[in-house]
Amino acid sequence: MISLYIVTAVALVVSFFFDPTKTKNGLKKGFMKFSKTLPSYLKLLMLISLILLVSEDLIITYLGQENVFLGLVSSLVLGAITMMPGFIAYPLARILLNRGVPYMVITGFVTSLMLVGFVTYPLEKQYLGKKATILRNLMSFTVAGLIAIVSGIVYKEVLF
Amino acid sequence: MTKAKSNYIIFGLFIGFSLVSLLINFEFGISIWNNFLVFAKDMILILPPAFVLIGLFDVWAKNETIEKHFGKTSSPLRFIWSILLASTTVGGTFVAFPVANALFHKGAKLSSIFTYVTSASLFMIPMTIMEASMLGIKFSAVRLISSIPFIIGGSILLEKVFEKTNYKLPVLDKNS
Repeated sequence: MISLYIVTAVALVVSFFFDPTKTKNGLKKGFMKFSKTLPSYLKLLMLISLILLVSEDLIITYLGQENVFLGLVSSLVLGAITMMPGFIAYPLARILLNRGVPYMVITGFVTSLMLVGFVTYPLEKQYLGKKATILRNLMSFTVAGLIAIVSGIVYKEVLF
Repeated sequence: MTKAKSNYIIFGLFIGFSLVSLLINFEFGISIWNNFLVFAKDMILILPPAFVLIGLFDVWAKNETIEKHFGKTSSPLRFIWSILLASTTVGGTFVAFPVANALFHKGAKLSSIFTYVTSASLFMIPMTIMEASMLGIKFSAVRLISSIPFIIGGSILLEKVFEKTNYKLPVLDKNS
């Protein structure tokens, strides 16, 4: 985090030294993009706060079920619609692992959680456009499923 | 513009609701507010410097340079550049979306963009260290290594779909 500020400060100083007008233009452009998308960031924050509240119990119930296939599907779906920071997601994954949930299901959950952004849709749409956002998330969802299956094979939980 | 305004109004209502919850000790409202703070803290710290950097990138980065490493004239090495750039992007997808948009308008190919955005959420270095320490190095290694070919393959496939329609990402600084 501090390094981000150091890099930004150095970049600003160097840029200003070489070309003050260009630097000002750059700052203006950056600010314009920021102010244009700020409402989407705020909306996203509100959505996440709400979803995070109800998701933890759902995850523990649905991922821990007997049928591995259903567990995998629900891990992918729940991972896609929720969003949580690492310091909540990983301890949760640890709990699931201790309860005997297979690695495959946990991989599916963690990967889908990161890759597929259901709640980030309003934000992503602004930068990538509707079509690219939808298709990219569909692709990510498939990829998350494939990665989970690979991990299931590596941990010898599924046999082909 | 009206849409943006309504979003601000909703946000204002949210703040009001949270304040009332804190005052009357309404537990449900307070939990939402606490969750909000967790994410808001990161965003407030990361977004301003990130957008300063994106603005500077916009004025300084030459189109030819981007094209050479991420665009039409680039080699398959562009996937490695995309993943490396993603792993050094602080703030995950929140920051990766605007960066991807800027990269596109500088001439990057869609497959580079998709690889970049998708891996930005997957290859965050601090997150990966945390994951490995809690779930084991093997777990993280399997997950990350197996994802690389899938992400690159998926991105190439998506590019094929979009190539036919000459798809363009939205422009965000129109009056420039």
